[in-house]
Amino acid sequence: MTDTDILVEVRDLKVHFPITRGVIFDRTVGHVKAVDGVDLRIPRGKTYGLVGESGCGKSTLGRALLQLTPPTAGQVVFDGVELTTLPAGRLRTMRRRMQMIFQDPMSSLDPRQNVESILTEGLQTHGIGTDRNDRRRIIGETLDAVGLPRWALSRYPHEFSGGQRQRIGIARALVLGPELIVADEPVSALDVSIQAQVVNLLDELQDSLGLTYLVIAHDLAVVRHISDVVGVMYLGALVEEAPSDRLYREPLHPYTRALMSAVPVPDPDVEDRRERILLAGDLPSPANPPSGCRFHTRCPWAQPTRCADERPALRPVGASRVACHWAEQIAGGELRPHAVSAEVVRPEGEGEAPGVVSAPSEPGSYV
Amino acid sequence: MTIAPGKKKQKIDRLAELAARDDERGVSLWREAFRRLRRNPAAIVGAAILAVFVIVAVVGPFLAPYSPSDTIGIREGLIRPGVIPGADGDHWLGYDHQGRDEFSRLIVGARQTLLVGVVSTLIGLAVGALIGGVAGAAAGLGGRWGRWLDSTLMRFIDMMLAMPSLLLAVSIAALLGASLTTVMIAVGVVSVPVFARLLRGSMISQANSDYVLAATSLGVRKPKIALTHVVPNSLAPVIVQATLTLATAIIEAAALSFLGLGNPDTSVPEWGVMLAEAQQYLDIRPGLAVYPALAIIVTALGFTLLGEAMREALDPKLRK
Repeated sequence: MTDTDILVEVRDLKVHFPITRGVIFDRTVGHVKAVDGVDLRIPRGKTYGLVGESGCGKSTLGRALLQLTPPTAGQVVFDGVELTTLPAGRLRTMRRRMQMIFQDPMSSLDPRQNVESILTEGLQTHGIGTDRNDRRRIIGETLDAVGLPRWALSRYPHEFSGGQRQRIGIARALVLGPELIVADEPVSALDVSIQAQVVNLLDELQDSLGLTYLVIAHDLAVVRHISDVVGVMYLGALVEEAPSDRLYREPLHPYTRALMSAVPVPDPDVEDRRERILLAGDLPSPANPPSGCRFHTRCPWAQPTRCADERPALRPVGASRVACHWAEQIAGGELRPHAVSAEVVRPEGEGEAPGVVSAPSEPGSYV
Repeated sequence: MTIAPGKKKQKIDRLAELAARDDERGVSLWREAFRRLRRNPAAIVGAAILAVFVIVAVVGPFLAPYSPSDTIGIREGLIRPGVIPGADGDHWLGYDHQGRDEFSRLIVGARQTLLVGVVSTLIGLAVGALIGGVAGAAAGLGGRWGRWLDSTLMRFIDMMLAMPSLLLAVSIAALLGASLTTVMIAVGVVSVPVFARLLRGSMISQANSDYVLAATSLGVRKPKIALTHVVPNSLAPVIVQATLTLATAIIEAAALSFLGLGNPDTSVPEWGVMLAEAQQYLDIRPGLAVYPALAIIVTALGFTLLGEAMREALDPKLRK
């Protein structure tokens, strides 16, 4: 497998939801920029992890990639085929090759369908399998692959445990023989003990079937375990993308650093002494994102120049791609974090009041 | 107590086998709901009341000791101005103002009442579910054009809702002339907006659920998603509402009959008409108003009890 074998390429993808007002006629008063210009490539057979806090647009990105939410602009190229302009009929046939696993296995399974009906639906839609027996054979193999017993077929979702339901969800995606699976928070609704089982199942399935994953999660440990490449999203855009190990060892973007410093270390001595970056304030409104670098209102490294008025592009720095004007200087230690708020210059009347940004000036000062 | 490890393992295996064999078929939501319905005392009472009501409605004319249109009291000279005799040994509830046996009229009247209730509810359900289903599917799955269609249909429904229901029914009845069919249509039309709004709202919330997204991602066509996923999952509240509407339909039909818009042929007994006629003789024989009123209340109570129990049984959030 070569590095150039790209299964999915996303170019400048934007998903803007209109905010409408009006009693009789809806009038658009603004847009929620859930995804605002994302570029990413997922190599065949690899796992791309997408992390970010709630509301940063990672789920919307996953759905837009599968054309479940229509993108406002940009392209999604799946195995050489542009999906955003594909006619509805051809898109439906393409759906066989890309499937989704949902966060909440209960709400993503129709409570009135038994497992056999859930798994047959996709097969019938795509005309897979010659007759009922052939379909039963395919379904049986899929059940084996996800570790569900055969007697599950005649049962209904409410008769299963959370982990088993998620396996049904995985089986529904797998039964079509897809190449890409978008897993939107596949384990966050499950108990920790079940999480490991499901993560390992996803890993095994990737090995045996050569699947490509886009795993969306907010649990950094899960993403690290499962991903080859990790992208960090903030307010609708990627701020950093790096091979999994590198990202966790050497985060370059200030936001990534803050995110990583939030992961607890199991050693109490290290935990007490390590540097922690606490971000103040909330995620700014995606309906009215800050100018320039989206993170500058909360960034402990924000500089008086460039940050507030020039939106940084995702650019290669070493093996990573970072959207920060000062990535090298921060990595080299030339710039130190500071507690800033006064320097944050914002255009008159735009957005909320700047959040108070603070960060420890030296390691351990928050302990 | 000690059990050899091998034996223990065997025992566990056997238990697992038994557990798996227990019942091979899964329990569907409808069966589960029915099972819970049977355990609910309110449902049993409601169902019992309705069973009695339906049996009386069907075989009523054979049960009634006298003909409901036979003016026995006048023939025998018992009815005089200002006097309506009460119960005696042969006539358990006495006579009405025309000397007809009140008990027989009450029994035979069940059929008309049931007919009015069921037919008018079915009219409301059919029209309302059609409008609501189209609007719900359009709003939930239809995109921009669908939202426009939904808005148009719903403004129409809002107009119907804005009118007081009895006034609407009276206008319809006045427009079509007084007859039993008119009463059924009028009462049915009044319940259309309720069914339409209910099904639409339920469908929109189902259309936004993850399993609809999952079906879309499987590549299932939208009309099929609407019919196989959205509609079946949205029906439960509509069915519950239908049983509750049956109760109000009976009362509304009685109100229309009371206002003189029902069946002009008063020889066919109907509880609402009986109640209306009894009004003039309230000071002489209040019982004439009490019996049909009680019959209406008890029947409506039966439907309401069953409806409420069904609501509880069908609500997935209450499932244990």
